[in-house]
Amino acid sequence: MSVAPKNNSVAQDSKALDAMGIAKDLFGTAVITGLILTPVVAIKTTMNQGVLIYNERWVLAASLLAVVVVARLLLHLLVWSDTPTSMIVKKYTGIIWTFFKTYLLLPVAVFLVSYLAIKNSLGGIPLIVVFAISIFIAALSGVAWYLALERQSQAKSAGNAGKPLSETIGANLGPALLVFALLFPFIAHFSPWGDKRTVDLAVYILIYIMLGWGLNVVVGLAGLLDLGYVAFYAVGAYSYALLSTYYFPLWFGHGIVPYAFYVTLPVAGLLAACWGLILGFPVLRLRGDYLAIVTLAFGEMIRLVLVNWFSFTNGPQGIEVPKVTFFGLPFKDAPGSFSDFFGITYDRIQFYIFLYYLILAMALVTYFVTKKLRRLPIGRAWEALREDEIACRSLGINTTTTKLTAFATGAMFGGFAGSFFAARQGFVSPESFVYIESALILAIVVLGGLGSQIGIVFSAIAIMGSFEFFREMDFMKAVLPTGTEPIQFRMLAVGLAMVLMMRFRPRGFVTKREPTVFLKEKKSVSADLVAEGHG
Amino acid sequence: MLNWSSDPELEVQHLTMRFGGLTAIGDLSFNAGRKQITALIGPNGAGKTTVFNCITGFYKPTEGMIKLHHDDGKEFLLERMDDFRITQHAKVARTFQNIRLFSGMTLLENLMVAQHNVLMRASGFTVGGIFGSSHFKRAENDAIERCKYWLNKVGLTDRADDAAGDLPYGAQRRLEIARAMCTKPRLLCLDEPAAGLNPRESDELNKLLLSVRDEHNMAILLIEHDMSVVMGISDHIVVLDYGRKIADGTPAQIKTDPAVIRAYLGVEEDEAPAEIVKEAAIMHSAEMPNVAPAKSKAAKPLPVTKKPATKAPTKKAAPQKGGRK
Repeated sequence: MSVAPKNNSVAQDSKALDAMGIAKDLFGTAVITGLILTPVVAIKTTMNQGVLIYNERWVLAASLLAVVVVARLLLHLLVWSDTPTSMIVKKYTGIIWTFFKTYLLLPVAVFLVSYLAIKNSLGGIPLIVVFAISIFIAALSGVAWYLALERQSQAKSAGNAGKPLSETIGANLGPALLVFALLFPFIAHFSPWGDKRTVDLAVYILIYIMLGWGLNVVVGLAGLLDLGYVAFYAVGAYSYALLSTYYFPLWFGHGIVPYAFYVTLPVAGLLAACWGLILGFPVLRLRGDYLAIVTLAFGEMIRLVLVNWFSFTNGPQGIEVPKVTFFGLPFKDAPGSFSDFFGITYDRIQFYIFLYYLILAMALVTYFVTKKLRRLPIGRAWEALREDEIACRSLGINTTTTKLTAFATGAMFGGFAGSFFAARQGFVSPESFVYIESALILAIVVLGGLGSQIGIVFSAIAIMGSFEFFREMDFMKAVLPTGTEPIQFRMLAVGLAMVLMMRFRPRGFVTKREPTVFLKEKKSVSADLVAEGHG
Repeated sequence: MLNWSSDPELEVQHLTMRFGGLTAIGDLSFNAGRKQITALIGPNGAGKTTVFNCITGFYKPTEGMIKLHHDDGKEFLLERMDDFRITQHAKVARTFQNIRLFSGMTLLENLMVAQHNVLMRASGFTVGGIFGSSHFKRAENDAIERCKYWLNKVGLTDRADDAAGDLPYGAQRRLEIARAMCTKPRLLCLDEPAAGLNPRESDELNKLLLSVRDEHNMAILLIEHDMSVVMGISDHIVVLDYGRKIADGTPAQIKTDPAVIRAYLGVEEDEAPAEIVKEAAIMHSAEMPNVAPAKSKAAKPLPVTKKPATKAPTKKAAPQKGGRK
């Protein structure tokens, strides 16, 4: 960073104030900030009656620049140097922060929650938001509390005596999550907070968890970067759409339509797996960036075909498809429906709860099958492929078939999820299968920690949940500039979260690899040793 | 002693490998005898690893034939086979000069991956495995027993559940040999197994290789710079220089071969770099066969110092000979 001034002794070390170094650094900061701010802030393009015009906002950009430079200068003076002032500042910030996190975090959290709850009772904020915020804050303080506890327990055990708390929690996390997932619709239904939308949001998140688990086979286990995963999702969705609306009635008569989802599901999985192989063949020899680009192109190709092959897919207008039924019993207020058959009053939430359990079952199948696959020779070969492809070949492993099975297996689960997606929406169109979906699913997998299945659950909840959170955040309007919607900031927030993750947990939430087989004792492998794959 | 010519496991004939204008190996013919340890030596850049890569299918030779004879009479033309099929069907296993373990997987997993093909068949190509067939479970238990055997053999049983990347260097070398052995090979190709080992470790390596040869009836092909290993355990030595064979015979013959001395020392002895001279001196002084390390050390006029040739100042080790990318 800064260079030691010439007239200072060497022992005085380079952290002492150095006007020239700071000036250089500030100049660099100003240049970089200016380069970023000019296109982003200073020039604003707007549509004006069909014409693109731009407004200049140099004053705003300059003030932002000034803020950045002054903040950096303060950092130099107060934090990054060893002058007496900065020592005092650092000392007191440390004390204040320690005090805050020890004594105040929980009370502040409780206060915030109760404040929001009271404010809500006066009207304004939807209950779901209060619920989400309180969970978030409680989780935060819980994490702080747990980290402190773990540090204590580690200090106490000081060696191998006793497992760290994280392992105890880790071992019970899966079953606890499962119980929670099974009870969730009832919690949501009977608690004052939940409503149809809560269950629907859970369904939405579960789809992404399932997609994450499917993509995890390709990216996390086999180490093959796939940026076009949404293509298989699309294949699954359109398989259901086309088969249930056109081909099945044509081949088997209209009687099959209520059962179409259950008949289509395996077919859709199979078709998606075939497309996985079709993608797999040309990219066998590609690695790294090249593989990523080709898979990305593949994802776009599928979408463009769906848009342009009008006679087959109905193009951008999409296809109306029958919604999923309870094994033939539709969810509607009519004779012969689900509620009629069981003699209960019709409620829309029955459909959502059924959807929830259906996708939960599908996701769990994905979970257990991939978990089982990891322990089979094929799964071990995938992981070995990620670690070292040349060593794999030297051990007699056919890397071609190993890669292709990884692509096909991942694609199959994507196809299942796609079918479900279509049957839930009752409508498919190419718009649902844009590139950003692939990126999101990949983000979920990466954020969760490569190869970790539980991590994916949390990252899917974090990413997809935060989207909905932004949708609900009406109270943010008070803070945000007028004329903007909170939902517009969701990508910004996700991007920020990603940057923070890359800074603090570059290998994702879960950074340990569980061995698939052990002799005496199962020891997890630290992420530093696990390869990320070469493409 | 001359069974490499009468009953070879591996027969290399007129092998030539050219990379563009560079002839890495020129018209090389040699045999590796059944149940014998054959060492391939030569100065750095002589083409030894290239020979290995041709035998194990990582390179397709420009010319020549590489034939493997199993003792049940089966023959394989290795130059026509894919690399993984060579391991799978012709039963040739190899290790790498720069160790290639699956460092994020445990030792046990490393050895299990090596038994992939057997387990894959037993699991009914995954279908039976998913439904938990008893046949697969039995095969898996057998595989674990084999892993245990080899872990015990290389002295790593205690660390079976640790990550391979956590092992010290010498243990990684041994694990790589154990992993290669788990593919049940007939011919084991070791690329500098003693590189970076201390004297005690390379004595252990000698014992391990001799027991592999004698107890498992294996042929071993070995690239090595460490003359205490080469002279100590090999039955047959082939010397390469600039991609051509300059000598072929028993260790005793090689020691006195004028062409070998010339290749290692140069024509004018006083011009040769000091360390190469030392290596040649060790080569001449090493007792053979060097099975009992303590005794032979005492008998030696010169102490065995490690890594003489790899540290040779005049010639740099060729970077990344592991295989094609």
